[in-house]
Amino acid sequence: MNDWLCEIREGIEAFVRSVGELTLFFFNIAIYSPRTLVRRPGLVVKQVFNSGAMSMTIILTCGLFVGMVLGLQGFDTLQRFGAEEALGTFATLSLVKELGPVLTALLFSGRAGTALASEIGLMRATDQLAAMEMMAVDPVRRIVIPRFLGGVIAMPFLTAIFNMIAIFGAFLVGVTFMGVDQGAFWSQMHANVTVADVNQGVIKSLVFGIVASLLAVYQGYTSVPTAEGVGRATTRTVVTTAITVLILDYLLTATLIG
Amino acid sequence: MNLGAKEIMKQTRAVEMGAGLFVLLGFGALFFLITQTTGLSNEIGNTGYTINARFENVGDLKIRAPVTISGVTIGRVTSIAYDPERMNAVVEMMIADQYRQLPDDSEAAILTAGLIGGQYIGLTPGGSETWLEQGSQIEFTQSAVVLENLIGKFLSSVGGGN
Repeated sequence: MNDWLCEIREGIEAFVRSVGELTLFFFNIAIYSPRTLVRRPGLVVKQVFNSGAMSMTIILTCGLFVGMVLGLQGFDTLQRFGAEEALGTFATLSLVKELGPVLTALLFSGRAGTALASEIGLMRATDQLAAMEMMAVDPVRRIVIPRFLGGVIAMPFLTAIFNMIAIFGAFLVGVTFMGVDQGAFWSQMHANVTVADVNQGVIKSLVFGIVASLLAVYQGYTSVPTAEGVGRATTRTVVTTAITVLILDYLLTATLIG
Repeated sequence: MNLGAKEIMKQTRAVEMGAGLFVLLGFGALFFLITQTTGLSNEIGNTGYTINARFENVGDLKIRAPVTISGVTIGRVTSIAYDPERMNAVVEMMIADQYRQLPDDSEAAILTAGLIGGQYIGLTPGGSETWLEQGSQIEFTQSAVVLENLIGKFLSSVGGGN
C-alpha cells in the first residue's frame, strides 16, 4: 500500500519536473533564437527544407482527401436540409478554423517531429552532442535551435497549403461529382467566411508550430542515450504533441471565439 | 577536394531552392485563403460617398450589411447610431462611386434576406432629377419588421374581429 502511494508520488513529481524542465528549455531556446536566425540563417533554411518541403507529400495527399471527405459528408448532411449550396462555407470554415491547423500539427509531428526527435536523440546516443560541448560549441544553439525554428517557420505555411488543397478537394467532390452549383459554392463562401476566421487558423498554426517543434526537439534532446531510449523519445514526441495540441486547441478556440 | 566543395555547394543550392519554393507556395496558399475564400475580394473599398437615413427601428441590421438597389449590392452600412434628440436611429452607408445617379427622393427600407438570413438595406429609386450626394439624407424610410410586433398586431386584429 505504501509502495503504491510512493510510486504515484514519484510519478507526479517526475511529471512536474519534466514540465519545469520543458519550460526552462523553451526559455533557453527562445532567448537565443533571434540571434541564430540572424547569424546562421543557412542552418535554419536547411531545417525549413527538412521540416517543411519534405512534409509536402503527406500534407498534400492528406489535405486532398480530408477535403474530399468533407465535401462528401458535408453534401450528404446539408442536402437533408436542402442547403447544399452552403457546402463551400461549411468546408472552408471547418478547414480554416479547425481541421487545417490541428491535422497539420498532428501530421507534422508524425512526419517531421519524429525525424527531429530521433535525429537529436541519436546524436545524444552517439555522444555527438557531448563532443560538441568539448569543442565549446553549444549544441542547443547549433543543433536544437535551427531545428526548432525550421519547424516554427514551416508550420503556418504547411497549414495554409493543407487548407488550400483541402478546399480544392471539397470543390472537386461537391461541384464536380455531386453537382453543387459552382457559383453558389464560392459566393456563399465569400459571403460568410471573414478574414478573422482565416486569422484564427493562422494564430492556431503559429502556436501549434511552436508546440510541435518544441516537444520534438525536447524529447530528442532529453532522450535516454540508448537505442531503446531514442525509440521511446520518438513515440513520446507524437503522443505528447497530440495531447498538447488538442488541449491547446480547445483553449485557443475558447479564447479566440471569446 | 575541389569536386567535394562543388558537390556541397550544389547540395546547399538544392536545399535552398526547395526551402524557397516551399515558402513561396506557403505564401501563395495564405494569399489564396485570405483573398479567395473571404469576402475581401468583393468589397466596395473605401472609395465612395456616404449618405445617411433615419429609421424608427433598425432591427437586426449590422455594420457592413449590404446596401442594394434592384437586388444589386452597391454599398455597405458603415455606422449605426442612436440620435437621442430626434429619438431614432441614424444609419450611415457608403455607396460605390459608380452609382452616383441615385434620385434624392429614393426610399430606403430594411429588409431581410430569406427567412433566417441577415438584414440589409434595399433602396427603391424615386423620380427626382437631382441625385443624392456626399452627406445627403434619405427622407423616405421604412423600418425593419420586428416579428413580435407583427404577431402582436395580428393577434389584436383577430381579437378585435371577434
